[in-house]
Amino acid sequence: MHSLDNPLVMREIIMDHYKNPRNHGIIDDDAYMKTNMNSSTCIDNIDIEAKFNGDMIEDVRFDGEACAISTASTSIMTELVKGKSKEEARKIIENYKDMIYEKDYDPSLIQEAYVFKNTYKQANRIKCATIGWNGLERLIDESEGKKNG
Amino acid sequence: MYDVYKVREDFPMLKNNVKMHNAPLVYLDSNATTLKPQCVIDAVVDYLSNYSANAERGDYDLSHDVDMHFEGARETLRQFINAKEKDELIFTSGSTDGLNMVAYGYGLTHLKAGDEILLSYAEHASNTLPWFDVAKQTGAIIKYIPIDETGHITLDAVKATVTEHTKIISLAIMTNVLGFEVPIGEIAHYAHTKGIVVVADGAQSVPHMVTDVQKDDIDFLAFSGHKMLGPTGIGVLYGKRALLEEMHPVRSGGGSNARYNKEGEVTLKEIPYRFEAGTPNIEGAVGLGAAAKYLMNLGMENVVAHEEAMRKYAIERLEELDNVDVYNKEATGAIAMNIKDVFSQDAASLFNTYGIAVRAGEHCAKILDNYLGVNSTVRASFYVYTTKEDIDAFIEVCKKGDDFLDAFFR
Repeated sequence: MHSLDNPLVMREIIMDHYKNPRNHGIIDDDAYMKTNMNSSTCIDNIDIEAKFNGDMIEDVRFDGEACAISTASTSIMTELVKGKSKEEARKIIENYKDMIYEKDYDPSLIQEAYVFKNTYKQANRIKCATIGWNGLERLIDESEGKKNG
Repeated sequence: MYDVYKVREDFPMLKNNVKMHNAPLVYLDSNATTLKPQCVIDAVVDYLSNYSANAERGDYDLSHDVDMHFEGARETLRQFINAKEKDELIFTSGSTDGLNMVAYGYGLTHLKAGDEILLSYAEHASNTLPWFDVAKQTGAIIKYIPIDETGHITLDAVKATVTEHTKIISLAIMTNVLGFEVPIGEIAHYAHTKGIVVVADGAQSVPHMVTDVQKDDIDFLAFSGHKMLGPTGIGVLYGKRALLEEMHPVRSGGGSNARYNKEGEVTLKEIPYRFEAGTPNIEGAVGLGAAAKYLMNLGMENVVAHEEAMRKYAIERLEELDNVDVYNKEATGAIAMNIKDVFSQDAASLFNTYGIAVRAGEHCAKILDNYLGVNSTVRASFYVYTTKEDIDAFIEVCKKGDDFLDAFFR
């Protein structure tokens, strides 16, 4: 059993990141790449920005109007990927999404983000739980000159 | 006496105890779309099973049957909105389609630079975006009728906004999100003294009110079938004959022309067929006809009274709670509310966990934010089948609001 496998603990982590989101607030700095994740089917509207230094993700920040699930999951994501290489970040995002979509994944890679493992029970929340992660993926793609973000 | 429990027997989704999240379905999202009664399902299946042929073109018995049912549905809908003649009703794919037909088929051909189109801040996107585009193409100007501090659109506000350049007023009869009834009859009678054409978005009003296009002197009225117990993908655009004669068909093709030659001379068919190019949604039309008939059998006055009673009960119950904000207690449409300190989407997710369908969000009226002061609300809407028990279930979940993450762990 995973050490976070306690609904009370999971709840507390989500609420903590919702009430006190980390890396919150957008900086107006040209060194950052920015993207808006505006879900067409729900009301989450999140801006995400990242500062890359070569292959490294030096900083990730976000802001916007969003529900508890998208705010908390994006907050946890920023903490996980900051200071990591793009490849490491991609690996983390991939494992997180594998968890969300009920595939095999490595819990050690996603750490606190494990608290969203029940998302599949609320299919309508999958987009909330992935919106920030998709945003970062898009920024990494764009930084590498790919257009398929 | 209106017997809601008997009415519920007509709806397979309710009769068969459909469940959501392992709880009996409590459906409070009828403003998004309604459940369907058996008679509508039967009408659709009857067409598909027993007389499936094309409309308006066949030379054999079956095709004649199709025409009888298809035109019969048009006649039923004429009665439903009390139009003068059935040919003033065009079958569309829904309200959005109808409003686009007016904007591009009438607005685009009748507006010129400097003309004014009046809208309100409480319009659905389908009654703003087509007009934005038409204004851009013609040089016409969009102006907004202000909403008063109680949330209403009044005749005085309309009078204050109209100028000599006003050519079109386009309004939802039931304002979006706030759910207030607009005095469309008074507005139309006033507008006509100024030569202004009045377009009405009836998507949220026609299913929930007694509609009389002649009494209210409405020029164009668009509404959707699926919000009044009918199938999706079908709706009606009503227009006064004289205006329809001046309206340009935005789609042309088979079924819209009587004859044409290679030089491009086209003789259009009569109204309404010139606006119904292509094979129509026949099963949708007969299904919608059955829905209108069902509502007329219930009696729209009884439907209105039942919804009023349910809304009143819900407001009373909500007032017992101190952890909710209700934004439109005095309205007639959907209740717009929030559980305090809970983002609307988190709340909707909590309701979902208990089998309750409500809608969270901006409700496609994004320009309303400034007025309401909140970006999003939970919307609970009622219809012919809503019971006090549905509302009680809703209230019980409102009480659990503080623990909205519960939804995530059940």
